[in-house]
Amino acid sequence: MPLSDAPAIDPDPATAGATTTSAAGAATDPDQAVAVEVRGLVKRYDGRAVVDGLDLVARPGAVTAVLGPNGAGKTTTIECCEGLRSPDGGTVRVLGRDPVADARALRPRVGVMLQDGGLPTGVRALELLRHVAAMYATPRPVDELADRLGLHGFARTTVRRLSGGQRQRVALAAAVVGRPDVVFLDEPSAGMDPQSRRAVWDLVRELRADGVAIVLTTHLMDEAADLADHVHVVDHGRVIASGSVRELTDAGTGPGTVRIEAAPGLDLTPLLTTLNTPSTSLSAGYLSSQSPPAQQIPSTQQSGQGSGQDGWVGSECEAGVYTLTGAVDPAALAAVTAWLAERGVLARSVTTGRRTLEDVFLDLTGRNLR
Amino acid sequence: MSVQTAPSATPAAAPAVRRIAAQASFETRAILRNGEQLLVTIVLPVLVLVGLVRTSFLDLDTQGYTRIDFVTPGVLALAVMSTAFTSQAIATAFDRRNGVLRLMATTPLGRTGLLAGKVLGVLAVEVVQIVVIAGVAVALGWRPELGALPAVVGAGLLGTAAFTALALLLAGTLRAEGVLAVANLVLVLLTVGGGVLLPAAQLAGPLAHAAVLLPSGALGEAMRGALLHGSVPAFSVVILLGWTAALGAGAARLFRWH
Repeated sequence: MPLSDAPAIDPDPATAGATTTSAAGAATDPDQAVAVEVRGLVKRYDGRAVVDGLDLVARPGAVTAVLGPNGAGKTTTIECCEGLRSPDGGTVRVLGRDPVADARALRPRVGVMLQDGGLPTGVRALELLRHVAAMYATPRPVDELADRLGLHGFARTTVRRLSGGQRQRVALAAAVVGRPDVVFLDEPSAGMDPQSRRAVWDLVRELRADGVAIVLTTHLMDEAADLADHVHVVDHGRVIASGSVRELTDAGTGPGTVRIEAAPGLDLTPLLTTLNTPSTSLSAGYLSSQSPPAQQIPSTQQSGQGSGQDGWVGSECEAGVYTLTGAVDPAALAAVTAWLAERGVLARSVTTGRRTLEDVFLDLTGRNLR
Repeated sequence: MSVQTAPSATPAAAPAVRRIAAQASFETRAILRNGEQLLVTIVLPVLVLVGLVRTSFLDLDTQGYTRIDFVTPGVLALAVMSTAFTSQAIATAFDRRNGVLRLMATTPLGRTGLLAGKVLGVLAVEVVQIVVIAGVAVALGWRPELGALPAVVGAGLLGTAAFTALALLLAGTLRAEGVLAVANLVLVLLTVGGGVLLPAAQLAGPLAHAAVLLPSGALGEAMRGALLHGSVPAFSVVILLGWTAALGAGAARLFRWH
């Protein structure tokens, strides 16, 4: 992976200081800089490392997304933070404490939504929520929370008969009913309809405004892009990129993309050469440089990675779909259309835009099914 | 904003007693509301009681006691087994598979609170069972000595401890479907050949000697001792305590939460 450490892994100066103070001040200081800190986490199942040296930081009043393909180690990481699994290596601190050793102190302050829900199936939705609320000294009012998440419509339906999205909403309510300082949400939007998802996202934003640290795993790009203040892209048990959505989408490449849908198998080399040729007029330069010596083909043919911040890169990411990344300006677009015209190719579409989080994610984790 | 009451206060757990009481009540309601669980814990023992007392399918050697006096202690032992073992094993196994155990373990209830809640839930269901079964038995002519109650409670608690430990050992190690099958099968086998309903001595062949060593045989003897002789035999107490220690240690060591 060429880009493994291109977007920096958040070398935050506050982190080191915060951990030393948080051990003492965790119980009293709500403004501590770090709510969750994972360093070099290793977790093996049957000798196979599922999490392999993972680092992660989450802050109060922020949404931290752990983004990664299935099997990347997201859930295992979260379960280590929840105290449900003991790490085989590295350290995990939640509110300055060890989630396993200090479980008793942490449980009232940490809300959990498991990936599979973890809801008993034989009870009614609101009955379950009231039951979980009874575990806390000063829970949120159940009716208010039920209103917020639209649970009243199925309050007396047993969990067994709820739809996937309804269950997820009940599970989220259970995670936040105790007014936690830290919330772990493992794929909160799985199986939700758009309305449910909106309600969930609104609640997450409200928690953030209240200073709660929210850690969520997801493989939904729009969820991470819309909600997260900070994204950790995880693959093969490690964080391979980390930063704000903006940092990730800007990182390492130019500020814009050109996407072309046309006939498959076109050679991008002349176009990239033209685009990368310093010239006062690119469109003119293109025409005048039809048969130049192929100068700088090398790294440019790799898909959108590497240190191409001052050059164009591009590839045919799937048959007939070309993505070019670089400084998009009118002249660049003219060069693209001129290149197409030169080949007598009529593109189905040519669009310009920023790289999306999904582009970054696929570039980092690969486009193949696994 | 929803957080109005002391927003800077550290979230706190409810007192342990309240958490465990809430869990016990939750577990009890879950069992009593579940049709299959009711079938095993209430309907089955009552049917066995009525069947043994009112019909003569089985030619019982009642050792000089009336049929109802002779059979009721064994049915109470069966009731304890059905709740502490079969019902609890199945409920816990499916809770484990569905992630319920893990979820509740992350709340202030914690793992020990969850266990305490489950055990209290079992005892609460047993109280319901005893009331129903004793009610039916009295209607059929049973007239127990009220002085036997402490010994009955003691036998019930010992049996509950041993069989709950067995339930947790199974539920924490096998797949839910496997537990469903095994827990029902074991209940049937122990009912027929485990010395629960009838004294182990009346069983055929080697079972006559082996069954008294089983938790089922020990519980049956303990209940009969309490209700027929006014005291629980020391041998049964030792057997039940031994099973509780062994099964409890096994469950503590092998129980998997995932």
